[in-house]
Amino acid sequence: MSALLSGTGLVRNYGATPALRGIDLEVAAGEIVAVTGPSGCGKSTLLHCLAGILRVDGGTVTYRDQDIGLWSEAARSRLRRTEFGVLFQFGQLVPELTAVENVALPLLLAGTGRREARQTALDWLGRLGVAESAEQRPGTMSGGQQQRCATARALVTEPRVLFADEPTGALDVLTGEQVLGQIVRVAREQGTAVVLVTHESSVAAYADREVALRDGVVDPTGLGLAR
Amino acid sequence: MSTAHVLLGLLAAGPRHGYDLKRAHDDRLPRAKPLAYGQVYATLGRLERDGLVTEAGQDREGGPDRTSYEITEEGRRHLDAWLSAVDPPAPYVTSELFSKVVVALLAADAGRARDYLVAQRAAHMSRMRELTTAKTEPGAGVGDVVAADYAIGHLEADLRWLQTTLARVADLQKEVTS
Repeated sequence: MSALLSGTGLVRNYGATPALRGIDLEVAAGEIVAVTGPSGCGKSTLLHCLAGILRVDGGTVTYRDQDIGLWSEAARSRLRRTEFGVLFQFGQLVPELTAVENVALPLLLAGTGRREARQTALDWLGRLGVAESAEQRPGTMSGGQQQRCATARALVTEPRVLFADEPTGALDVLTGEQVLGQIVRVAREQGTAVVLVTHESSVAAYADREVALRDGVVDPTGLGLAR
Repeated sequence: MSTAHVLLGLLAAGPRHGYDLKRAHDDRLPRAKPLAYGQVYATLGRLERDGLVTEAGQDREGGPDRTSYEITEEGRRHLDAWLSAVDPPAPYVTSELFSKVVVALLAADAGRARDYLVAQRAAHMSRMRELTTAKTEPGAGVGDVVAADYAIGHLEADLRWLQTTLARVADLQKEVTS
């Protein structure tokens, strides 16, 4: 399989502190890759760099054979609205909007008509099993309902790549499992590649393969721990 | 796990013959090692000897005669006692994984112990991926999910131990070889 998304020699520093120290990683279309490792190993930074949210200090991020580091901020932002979906642990829904308005937002930003965007958003809420929460605001929803809603919003544009950073980290085990199962099921149905950041083995087991990080580099042992 | 108790549990709902018991056991405990027919009949023989089951009759459905068994009152009391008994947590820490790490340090060095931990971790992750795929497959029954969850939970505990032990191998070596 050829890579849909790849990072080559990725370096990223926070001031004098190196977070990524030369990481190579490839993701094929439709592949689910878990990025694992202990706290502070650089996995979230790697996700942000691959998604074009953070710029790298060295190396290249290539998406469909194009170096997105050369793109303007506006172009990368457009990429994130159309080709990429992003899902975090929490706090990503707009509190003033209802669930259906939250999910419709990326479609409206991409120029879809209001009625169509609303209907598509409702369909996605149904696929994620939270159609009954469509008119609720995030503050009145449970953590699991919010994360399903956020998942629907991340997938509503049918992205080629979903970036998920500890997407079930704030949920109890059973709810987390349901949300994760739905993310994986929908991603497989859509042929969406997933970059799944987690520190839990049981979450990484949902992926096709695992890339373990240790101190900003890929750990070939897969353990992600200092040796 | 006691096969005898599972068979008593299956018979608590009504008489069954050996073939039925084998099928019901394998259906209700997915991912357990399938029960061999010989084991079913040997276990029924012991249960009958101990007065916990008794023959309920013979039937024939286009084949040889088959003996049905039913649970006795004594069998019900025995089953009830088993269901009420809490298993004591294991008093000793014994594990092939733990022993192997210590022996690797005694007989070789920290590198050997690390190599083993890394290889074992890969095998555990591979099995955990298989089980996760099985439980998330469309059509997986609740029994499949619960069985997979049990195995995944134990693999996860092992994995956590493998990772923390890897971080402690150097210190453990000092203690073991001092």
